[in-house]
Amino acid sequence: MGGVAMIEISGLCKNFVLHNQGGAVIPVMRDAVLSVAPGECVALVGASGAGKSTLMRMIYGNYLAESGVIRVGDLDVAQAAPREVIALRRETLGYVSQFLRVVPRVPTLDVVAEPLLSLGVARPDALDRARDLLGRLNIPERLWTLSPTTFSGGEQQRVNIARGFAHAYPALLLDEPTASLDAANREVVLTLIEEAKARGAAILGIFHDEAARDRVCDRVVDVTRFTPGLAA
Amino acid sequence: MTPLLQVKGLTKRYGARIGCQDVSFDLYPGEVMGIVGESGSGKSTLLNCLAGHLEADSGAVVFDTRADGPRDVRAMSEPERRMLARTDWAFVHQNPRDGLRMGVSAGGNVGERLMAVGARHYGNIRGQALDWLDRVEIAGDRIDDRPTAFSGGMQQRLQIARNLVTGPRLVFMDEPTGGLDVSVQARLLDLLRGLVREMGLSAVIVTHDLAVVRLLAHRLMVMKSGHVVEAGLTDQVLDDPQHGYTQLLVSSVLQA
Repeated sequence: MGGVAMIEISGLCKNFVLHNQGGAVIPVMRDAVLSVAPGECVALVGASGAGKSTLMRMIYGNYLAESGVIRVGDLDVAQAAPREVIALRRETLGYVSQFLRVVPRVPTLDVVAEPLLSLGVARPDALDRARDLLGRLNIPERLWTLSPTTFSGGEQQRVNIARGFAHAYPALLLDEPTASLDAANREVVLTLIEEAKARGAAILGIFHDEAARDRVCDRVVDVTRFTPGLAA
Repeated sequence: MTPLLQVKGLTKRYGARIGCQDVSFDLYPGEVMGIVGESGSGKSTLLNCLAGHLEADSGAVVFDTRADGPRDVRAMSEPERRMLARTDWAFVHQNPRDGLRMGVSAGGNVGERLMAVGARHYGNIRGQALDWLDRVEIAGDRIDDRPTAFSGGMQQRLQIARNLVTGPRLVFMDEPTGGLDVSVQARLLDLLRGLVREMGLSAVIVTHDLAVVRLLAHRLMVMKSGHVVEAGLTDQVLDDPQHGYTQLLVSSVLQA
């Protein structure tokens, strides 16, 4: 992969300090190193609890880094002010988590269009894009005006994916994007990932679905290397 | 970009007791800042000092005025401050009765704010009032009813309409969804989010409801005993709290 990496991590460390449990210090990451180039998809692997999600959350600015560098585009997330992270999330860095977190009562169409609306995209255009994605992900049209809070797990997952792909983020974090999906929808999601790669998005993901991982990922990084007490 | 609001070392004491001490933060256009903490932590004192309802002992509250750029509100004359409170600022009280005129019709409550900034054409004022009642989902045929005939949730939405009709740039909110049942709360949250996005509104919201700040606030400050003990990105503070008090606060929430 040529060119400058879109996501570049070095010397990243993280402890959790539990002040209400005797100040217990739990080291969860030591000297993590990682880079993802534009158009590349990298999978994080490692046993449950090894720190895959923790690493993704630190890149998104959801967990604070102890030390080290997390460069996404031009920004070091580890040092950035909150409003810089907010702007990064709006424009540059998307995140498809496993759980849908939305204001109850908001129609699905608006939930999916929201990332575009917050970028200032005109409402009709944002809604067109949302309709297109919801259609591709086989969410029945009669559900579009309803809040996704009442949907099934698989439907919520697809709404979450539609929302995550609404804007063409240059960098994308995917936490088990194909979990709880049937074969047809899994195929749609993998195609969306391939399209994002083709337009140059740098993608970092957790895939327990090995066939999916083999198909879309160019490389695998085992986070066990960064787990304190586990590394050789 | 200039911050809309710059708060520097704001301190308020009640005799020997601390109301809030040495609070500083910047708020940029379109940002929502949440303030959480237990009862008595100083969050309402801080909000009231910011909004000028309480006189702070020291510190500065610098607002980026339309006419003259950044100015310390605490150094403004009383008429200037009142003008600000009627135009670029709004304050949504926890209890709608504190923010509404209960003896005046719903339309009058909204229209009055327009008249305070110079509107005189009855048809235009009523038209705008109707538009805002619609935006906060109050049926147009209730325009001549008094707020006393409204439910608590409707009163709160009417208070928001009254406050936002003049197109303020900064809104202070004290527990805006407190005391409302959850379905009304969700409707109000959706409304507020839409207004923040469409009007580029900035807001400072005091609440003890962590779910509300997660959905509404970009940034969060946690207060305890008058001090800000932690501040940052809302989801980061809630998901990876650094201070012992915040960890206690977050882990104490009952799961529905």
